[in-house]
Amino acid sequence: MRVLLPLPVVLPLLAAGLSMAAARRRWLQRLIGIVTLGTTTAVSIAILVLADRDGPGAAMMGGWGAPVGIALVADRFSGLMMVVASPVLLAVLVFATGQPGTEREQPAFHPVYLVLAAGIGLSFLTGDLFNMFVAFEMMLTASYVLITIGGRADQIRTGMTYVVINLIASTLFVAMVGFLYSATGTVNMADLAGRIGELPSGVRLAFALLLFVVFGIKAAVFPLFFWLPDSYPAAPTAVTAVFAGLLTKVGVYCIIRTQTLLVAPPDRPAGFILWVAGLTMVVGVLGAIAQNDVKRILSFHIVSQIGYMILGLGLYTAAGIGAAILYVLNQIVLKSTLLLTAGLVDHGAGSSRLAEVGGLARRFPILGWLFLLPALSLAGVPPFSGFVAKLSVIQAGVDGRAWAVVGAAVVVSVLTLYSMTKIWGGVFWGEVEVVATPTDATTERHGGTVPMLASTAALVVGSLALAVLAGPLLALCQRAAGDLLDPTAYIDAVLR
Amino acid sequence: MSLVLAFATALLFSLGTWLLLQRRLSRLIIGLGLIGHGANLLLMLSGDERGVAPFVGATDGERVADPMPQALALTAIVIAFGLSAFLLALAYRSWQLTGDDLVEDDVEDRRIASNQTDVDEEVADQVLRGAADDEVARGRDT
Repeated sequence: MRVLLPLPVVLPLLAAGLSMAAARRRWLQRLIGIVTLGTTTAVSIAILVLADRDGPGAAMMGGWGAPVGIALVADRFSGLMMVVASPVLLAVLVFATGQPGTEREQPAFHPVYLVLAAGIGLSFLTGDLFNMFVAFEMMLTASYVLITIGGRADQIRTGMTYVVINLIASTLFVAMVGFLYSATGTVNMADLAGRIGELPSGVRLAFALLLFVVFGIKAAVFPLFFWLPDSYPAAPTAVTAVFAGLLTKVGVYCIIRTQTLLVAPPDRPAGFILWVAGLTMVVGVLGAIAQNDVKRILSFHIVSQIGYMILGLGLYTAAGIGAAILYVLNQIVLKSTLLLTAGLVDHGAGSSRLAEVGGLARRFPILGWLFLLPALSLAGVPPFSGFVAKLSVIQAGVDGRAWAVVGAAVVVSVLTLYSMTKIWGGVFWGEVEVVATPTDATTERHGGTVPMLASTAALVVGSLALAVLAGPLLALCQRAAGDLLDPTAYIDAVLR
Repeated sequence: MSLVLAFATALLFSLGTWLLLQRRLSRLIIGLGLIGHGANLLLMLSGDERGVAPFVGATDGERVADPMPQALALTAIVIAFGLSAFLLALAYRSWQLTGDDLVEDDVEDRRIASNQTDVDEEVADQVLRGAADDEVARGRDT
């Protein structure tokens, strides 16, 4: 375990350097990227298996002892996140290699993408609050570059909003670490968990809310989501897919981690979190209904779905948090898949605006299926994985007697189905309208190149696998939630 | 903690916030810089130990300053420096493209807020198409 823990961070960073050196050989860059992310996936699986068998494991970086040095910790929750995130990163990279544009024109794409992967890995594995800030900065700086990589006018405009919002959030993060350090004298999360309890209750509540706001901006919860639907669609498709699938979920991961580990039971702002969850769901889905572009509709759905995860957390029961974790895992796969299909629509038909394209289900039947399956899953139609996740969140909500927010969750799920049918009706049904001139034979026949279709199909199969494995997976998520609610093992693993 | 430095932090944060609310990119970047400085100063102030520089072997039993916040602040400063450079490059590109450094509106958002012509045209199209189909059907009947 100790040897494995640094690998998901160190490997992509080393590979980013190599990839930079190989800037003139695209095939070598691709090979480095795919091999590295493949290895990371294998390592993640090993970490999860070990964490599930032996409990949380920790490794101290640089040979410094527990509260001073930087700890990397893996428990079931971070293991699960890694296991789902790594293959998605791999699949999106494969998609990018098949897409004309960014990956082919910009030698910087591969190194930056690998830094993004390292940052995501570090945010899941770090056990140190300041190190988490560094992980966020790695991930975000890479994302700033990726979102503006073409240098087009719209990318610069939306990229600016994105960068500024995230810089403000990061500054708030630094300030919060400063406050926490001056109040407790440590930034190690396991150590903080014990020391924060000694503070006066008002200060504890302030920290709980500050943690929620800092990570809430990254996770795009209501009312801190406004930057997301504007900035994500401007990035190149593969990039949007990985942002949609992973970046906001890293925020959700941090919210769940800090609200359970660093906020003691009497201070937990459960009611507040439930309100935020309900409003995030409703406002997000209403925003989606108003939009007329596939990518923008899906971007608003990212916001809406975050609400379900926060709802699971707000219940503060093993069932609720377990359901929230399952929901996060599920959304990582679904959102990436849907945005990749939006990219395929854009590539195959020439536009992703509902009014400009149509009849794609007849024109490109495979593409139709690739959209339909995850879209039904997103709306929570049985027997797909989205249904299992949504049902377990709602069940946990009913057990927790949070009636209002459960009602909102059901209504939002119907509205989600509505806006998915809007995309289906606008893009996939009706007269065949295609404004693009196909670039190669496979695009002519199926709407995308082989790597694009294959990686999207792999993710669709992955989301179906989540549905098939739902029983054991939910049990694993519940065990992870149990660890989160009773963090003794986590704290012991770091401080022993 | 020194009261003067606490006030300096507050001043940096408030000036930075005011500049962030402006519409010019240049001011926005300066504002972010100021807020960043405020946060770094706050980080420096978070260690309560005052004393001589914390170098190994340089002191003999004297009280040393807490090295931790200094290390954290140094990291944060380096990150802020890199990002300021990126932001300036972004602002320069924006000026190249638009010839102005005002933050622009979200076009798509404004269109959705102002009218619904896209949807209406689509509906109108469908109605027309339906009528045409009816005509054809009637023609076939007769």
